[in-house]
Amino acid sequence: MKRRSWPLLTILAFGYAFLYVPILLLILYSFNESRLVTVWSGFSLKWYGELLHNRQLLDAAWLSVRIAAVNATVAMVLGTLAANALVRHGRFRGRTGLELLLTAPLVMPDVIIGLSLLLLFVALQESIGWPDGRGFATITIAHITFSMAYVAVVVRARLARMDASLEEAAMDLGARPFGVYRHITLPLIAPALLSGWLLAFTLSLDDLVIASFVAGPGSTTLPMVIYSSVRMGVSPQINALATLVVAIVALAVVIAGFSLRRDR
Amino acid sequence: MGANAIRHPPGQRRLSRLLNIGIPYLWLGLFFLLPFVIVLRISVAEPALAQPPYSLLWEWVEQGLLRIQINLGNFMLIRDDSIYLAAFLNSLWVAFICTLLCLLLGYPMAYAIATAPERRRVILLMLIILPFWTSFLIRVYAWIGILNANGLLNNFLLWLGVIDEPLRILHTQAAVYIGVVYSYLPFMILPLYANLTRLDPTLLEAAADLGCRPFRAFLRVTLPLSMAGIIAGSLLVFIPVVGEFVIPDLLGSPGSLMVGKLLWTEFFSNQDWPLASALAIVLLALLVVPFVFMQRLQQDPDEVQP
Repeated sequence: MKRRSWPLLTILAFGYAFLYVPILLLILYSFNESRLVTVWSGFSLKWYGELLHNRQLLDAAWLSVRIAAVNATVAMVLGTLAANALVRHGRFRGRTGLELLLTAPLVMPDVIIGLSLLLLFVALQESIGWPDGRGFATITIAHITFSMAYVAVVVRARLARMDASLEEAAMDLGARPFGVYRHITLPLIAPALLSGWLLAFTLSLDDLVIASFVAGPGSTTLPMVIYSSVRMGVSPQINALATLVVAIVALAVVIAGFSLRRDR
Repeated sequence: MGANAIRHPPGQRRLSRLLNIGIPYLWLGLFFLLPFVIVLRISVAEPALAQPPYSLLWEWVEQGLLRIQINLGNFMLIRDDSIYLAAFLNSLWVAFICTLLCLLLGYPMAYAIATAPERRRVILLMLIILPFWTSFLIRVYAWIGILNANGLLNNFLLWLGVIDEPLRILHTQAAVYIGVVYSYLPFMILPLYANLTRLDPTLLEAAADLGCRPFRAFLRVTLPLSMAGIIAGSLLVFIPVVGEFVIPDLLGSPGSLMVGKLLWTEFFSNQDWPLASALAIVLLALLVVPFVFMQRLQQDPDEVQP
């Protein structure tokens, strides 16, 4: 490779600074004693203490985690089925339709998804009596609908890159197709399933707009609590929360990285 | 289909087809496609003081007779009231500017990553994706603390002596641009990176052998060849930003409206579900063109076998 050019490296460095400085400042100021961002008045963990006693926020976080876990699991299964369909079933009738339905949720503005699903739930309730009220189930269904599209992207890429000769060999040796899928294909695409699951989990944990539309009065998720507190202005408690989120994500990425490396 | 199609015995193949194609279709049909039909139906309904707050104008009169009445009032209102037109134009404008800014920052970054030594590429790319995994809402919130009148940026600039009094950045259009570029940059970089790494380096060598200067070679060879990546990345940013709600709401000025925020207000504050639905339909109609373009352009990843 020839020598790298300085302007390019400068832009690269600026880009990474742009991406990371806000997060680092957020973490730094979560340890600030003062309520104001302007002054640094000394190291303190008091915002973490307050966070742990914020009942409303903890309840919301627990609800969000449960929704995210159910969402990620169902979305992983549905996304993988869709990826199987697109990679393994060739030019079936309705293929373009399925591709369209899997791409649209990736770019569709949240307000449209949220509004349309709410109207669906209301219409369903009026006509067949289900869902009876809105909350955990409706938020989870809404999240699965867009998460499965992301899972499908991840798993599809992995399936398409996979070496088909292993499956063919198993087949030649007399293994039945579902056996081949379970014993050969699934282990090979397991890393993609894991990253699909994690992606679906974070997407769900992160969603404010869609959940706001389809949530009922009793179900407040973590982003809704963060949003209403952020609207009131800067709060160091949110900084503390952000720091915990970043720490958990960093840990998960490191663990995933190690497990993937061992996998190779 | 090429190497990946594996021939199963017919019975199991049919079952596998049913599972793999049928189940995702059923789910997306029910929870993604059907809702749009309902939005369309309610966009031509009338608002009412009821629960739910609309009165449908389609009803079954006796003996299976369907009476359809359509209220186009909402669409007429959107056409005639200048606030809605201004919001749509503003949304398109903001999305356009942000896409351009993402491209200006994202292209050189994607290029630098794609031409980096192979073992460094993975970590550089990882660093682009990593912020995406932390909460979007929290990352937008971080900018409130930075752009505030007494925030970190103003303090820093005052300390440097560049400015004498704090700049007003938060709650302006500029803050929206910053927030959007910050949040959507990975969506621009990833397709560009994927495209640039697939580029054949011998083409550039050939250009150099023929006496072409590096920058000119970039303009004549690399840039045109990466056009698919540019368009894909741009649409991945443009389409969702047109309907963005969180960023304009938290960082933008209350005066300049975007459609996403307007829809939110009509729905949550004014309880006007039919008008919110009509706004969603118009927004959807606007986005169909770039979406179909994106879908057309996308090459089937399963067809590209090395």
